[in-house]
Amino acid sequence: MGERVFDVAIIGAGVSGANIARHLSSYELDVILLEGEEDISFGVSKANSGIVHGGFHHDGRYLKSRLEVRGAAMFDRLADELGFPFQRCGIIAVALHPDDFGALGQLYERGRANGAPGIEMCSRERMLELEPKLTPETVGGLYAPCGGIVEPYRFVFSLVESAIKNGLELRTNWRLESASREGASWRLCASTGSSVLASRIVNAAGLRADEVSQLFSAEDFTIKGRKGQYWLLDRLTRSKPSRVVFPVPSAISKGVLVVPTVEGTVLLGPTATELDDKDDAATTRDELEYILRSARTLIPSISETDVIATFSGTRPVLGEDFMIQRSGLVPGLVQVAGIQSPGLTASPAIGEYVTGLLAQDGLDLVPKQDWRPLLDRAPHARDLSFEELDQLIEINPAWGSIVCRCERVSEAEIVNAIRSGHHTLDGIKFYTRAQMGRCQGGFCGARILQLIMRETGLAAGEITKRGGNTTVIGGVV
Amino acid sequence: MMYGTFDVVVLGGGAAGMASALEMDRRGWRVAIIERESRLGGILLQCIHTGFGLIEFDEELSGPEFAERLSDRIPGSKITVFVGSTVIGFESMEEGKGKAAGQVVTFASAKGVTRLESRAVVLAMGCRERNRGNVRIPGTRPAGIFTAGLAQRLVNIDGIMPGREVVIIGSGDIGLVMARRMAWSGARVHAVVEILPRPSGLPRNVVQCLNDFGIPLYLSHVTTAIKGKDRVRSIEVCPVENGALAISKAFELPCDTLLLSVGLVPENELSRDAGVQLNPATGGPRVDSQMMSSKSGVFACGNVLHVHDLVDNVVEEARRTGAFVSFWLEGTRPSREIKVKAGSKVRYVCPGSLDPASNNQVSLRSLVVKDGAQLEIRAGEIVVKRIMKNHVRPSEMITFNLGTTELGALAHIDDATIEISIP
Ligand SMILES: Cc1cc2nc3c(=O)[nH]c(=O)nc-3n(C[C@H](O)[C@H](O)[C@H](O)COP(=O)(O)OP(=O)(O)OC[C@H]3O[C@@H](n4cnc5c(N)ncnc54)[C@H](O)[C@@H]3O)c2cc1C
Ligand SMILES: Cc1cc2nc3c(=O)[nH]c(=O)nc-3n(C[C@H](O)[C@H](O)[C@H](O)COP(=O)(O)OP(=O)(O)OC[C@H]3O[C@@H](n4cnc5c(N)ncnc54)[C@H](O)[C@@H]3O)c2cc1C
Repeated sequence: MGERVFDVAIIGAGVSGANIARHLSSYELDVILLEGEEDISFGVSKANSGIVHGGFHHDGRYLKSRLEVRGAAMFDRLADELGFPFQRCGIIAVALHPDDFGALGQLYERGRANGAPGIEMCSRERMLELEPKLTPETVGGLYAPCGGIVEPYRFVFSLVESAIKNGLELRTNWRLESASREGASWRLCASTGSSVLASRIVNAAGLRADEVSQLFSAEDFTIKGRKGQYWLLDRLTRSKPSRVVFPVPSAISKGVLVVPTVEGTVLLGPTATELDDKDDAATTRDELEYILRSARTLIPSISETDVIATFSGTRPVLGEDFMIQRSGLVPGLVQVAGIQSPGLTASPAIGEYVTGLLAQDGLDLVPKQDWRPLLDRAPHARDLSFEELDQLIEINPAWGSIVCRCERVSEAEIVNAIRSGHHTLDGIKFYTRAQMGRCQGGFCGARILQLIMRETGLAAGEITKRGGNTTVIGGVV
Repeated sequence: MMYGTFDVVVLGGGAAGMASALEMDRRGWRVAIIERESRLGGILLQCIHTGFGLIEFDEELSGPEFAERLSDRIPGSKITVFVGSTVIGFESMEEGKGKAAGQVVTFASAKGVTRLESRAVVLAMGCRERNRGNVRIPGTRPAGIFTAGLAQRLVNIDGIMPGREVVIIGSGDIGLVMARRMAWSGARVHAVVEILPRPSGLPRNVVQCLNDFGIPLYLSHVTTAIKGKDRVRSIEVCPVENGALAISKAFELPCDTLLLSVGLVPENELSRDAGVQLNPATGGPRVDSQMMSSKSGVFACGNVLHVHDLVDNVVEEARRTGAFVSFWLEGTRPSREIKVKAGSKVRYVCPGSLDPASNNQVSLRSLVVKDGAQLEIRAGEIVVKRIMKNHVRPSEMITFNLGTTELGALAHIDDATIEISIP
């Protein structure tokens, strides 16, 4: 028997690649998802605002705007099928000066033109009713009830799990380094020496989509990085709004927001800085201070004492719009590049759209008779009633051992994450939320290291924070 | 689900939990201790250095030895101990509303979920360490950043070395002790960096853990950035001069490991859930002269109440709390309470009120460093007492007594308030 030839190889397991993979998994196809990092969702998709946008920020001329509106509408069904944390909490944009009504009016018209459901302009009173924590300086605003929030990494994990259940092959720690023609197929080679044959390729490599395009001698473009910094506030903060709070946006960014996350914490940010070095993920004092000042103009009660972490994320920017198209130079290659904001919102529609492009390229789409769109719900100790937890402990005592006290994560959940292939501290964090709360791993870090060693047989010195050279400890005493 | 009933349930089996439970047991009450870890002892178990017990046992013990002195007495008592058991729910109802039992504590263990009803609860959950986010140090997020307590646990309990080229941010006691511990274990400790003009830890720890090892201490220096993509590569440090960052004098300290010793916060999420009022100055519950919180029947002691430097003080406070719980269970309440407040140069006073009819132990922390200081205790215009102190500093808790001699005269003055200051 000859070597297996995949119908489609997707480069990059961020929210774009994951949605494409899940969509393709509903057809009779052999698909492989290739990710360079140690775990999926370790790229742009792990650090963003997690907002399902309200369809009013962008002009309908742009592809990104059409995909945003379509993608946003697809979330309810996906969340029903896959069970990732998602909530349509609504979005408000706050006017602090009568002049702001000009810009807000434009957003409102844009939202109407884009077909954003239920969008309304609001009086001061209505705004303060929608969100009592807003500054008394509020003069009015905009309300998009269909906007929402999602936990982006859990979204990616569940999409990929669902696709794997339907036949997807996943390789992590598999960085594409070279590609060459082999008959009608492509021979894809990784840094590790392993290689894969595929007939069609999707380049969904986020910040590196330009480099991947070059490996195929396809379109020559440059992805620029635009960094955004954040504060993360403890779930106990008194300043948590019940809706996403936007200022009136500027030309280059949507401004500093106050975002209630689905899991109960609060994000402040992001900023927007053009980077020379796409890998520069450092937070800076000046921008962090700016964030706090800006966020306080919206919700004055925000306090530094609630801060539990700072981080940054980098938008892959290629001009104004997404670039999603069949390569004009290389048959069989689809480019999914420049997926900046609202990429997360648009991603379900990107999956659908890219499938359409592959069909145009001649890919035969035969729906799977036995496609199973539903994912079993994995329980979480923190969401269970005492009775439910008790029943789980009876089946598996590891449910009774609470490893992460801040986010109440049991040993059973951590072991499940490790057995599902998440072997790094960050992978376990994104998968289970352990180490994500107010102590940031101060208590549970040592326990989690022990569990990884027990489950994988790795030595302590081999465990990493997020793969590569991010070794956690220096050795033994 | 399993169920149980006790007179008192103690949340946390560290020094405070054990000492209060032993006292209540001695007085004949049915007591349960719930402890998350697999054995009793709390934070003491990872403190293998000596320096514990000089007051309590008149001996210099290591942390585990001190913990054993308490835990060895448990088997001879009637205390019920649940280890490997994490409290996941605590509800406090006013006594008498329908039931006698006012408190419901729920915990999870490998055996299942258990619900305990009791008349009283003692909060003894200890504290947690502040982390990088809490002190808002900018920069990258590489591997190699640990809180000092986590590092202490890794080295002393798990036999794991966090790294070899170490810088410690913050000069709290745990950081100082860990500087020495890391140096002993073959790491190079390049510096301890402290934002304040003075160390936050005890002077004896500065001498024994830094000076004796030639480890430089940078006072009045802010860590302005953490650098390194995968693993920590260095930190950028900037001196503070006249209250502002002297940016031009910033420099880098290379290292592969950072330990943070930037303060402790009482762990009061469970207390908060139960509606217990907290004091923002301590992070612990507000308590009256009987160590009882704003919720009737809910008491607190040890680091969950306010952060202590010495376990000996924790044990004394816990024993006292055990006795107060016992009085309360017997129905004895002070006939009145006199409010206490922190005055000039005092960060906080604990407890928040005093019983003029008995002897009260008072703890406080100074906001300033001062030689030849005087504590002034006044009620309005009247100076009730003056206490001379050779030296006061924020890092050292001050304790003293106020009894009927000082307070008796105030018992009949309505709204009497005591203010304690360092003039
Ligand atoms: C600060 C910020 C805030 C944002 N807020 C929002 C928001 O609120 N709402 C919203 O809708 N959108 C938001 N976005 C946009 C959204 O996060 C992105 O559009 C989206 O995550 C992009 O996903 P992706 O899959 O295209 O890229 P990525 O998630 O980066 O995935 C690409 C993957 O490709 C891998 N890869 C790269 N090169 C190779 C190779 N050679 N071989 C194998 N694998 C490779 C990478 O490791 C990576 O995992 C925000 C973005 C940022 C930065
Ligand atoms: C690192 C360090 C070094 C120190 N060095 C010295 C020294 O040299 N000399 C000295 O005298 N003192 C020292 N101290 C101070 C002294 O040891 C402590 O103040 C004292 O041990 C605290 O006792 P505690 O019982 O209040 O708290 P802890 O010992 O922290 O006990 C709290 C207990 O509660 C448990 N718990 C918390 N939440 C839950 C829950 N939800 N369910 C179940 N259980 C729970 C915890 O597991 C823990 O065992 C040091 C303290 C620290 C932190």
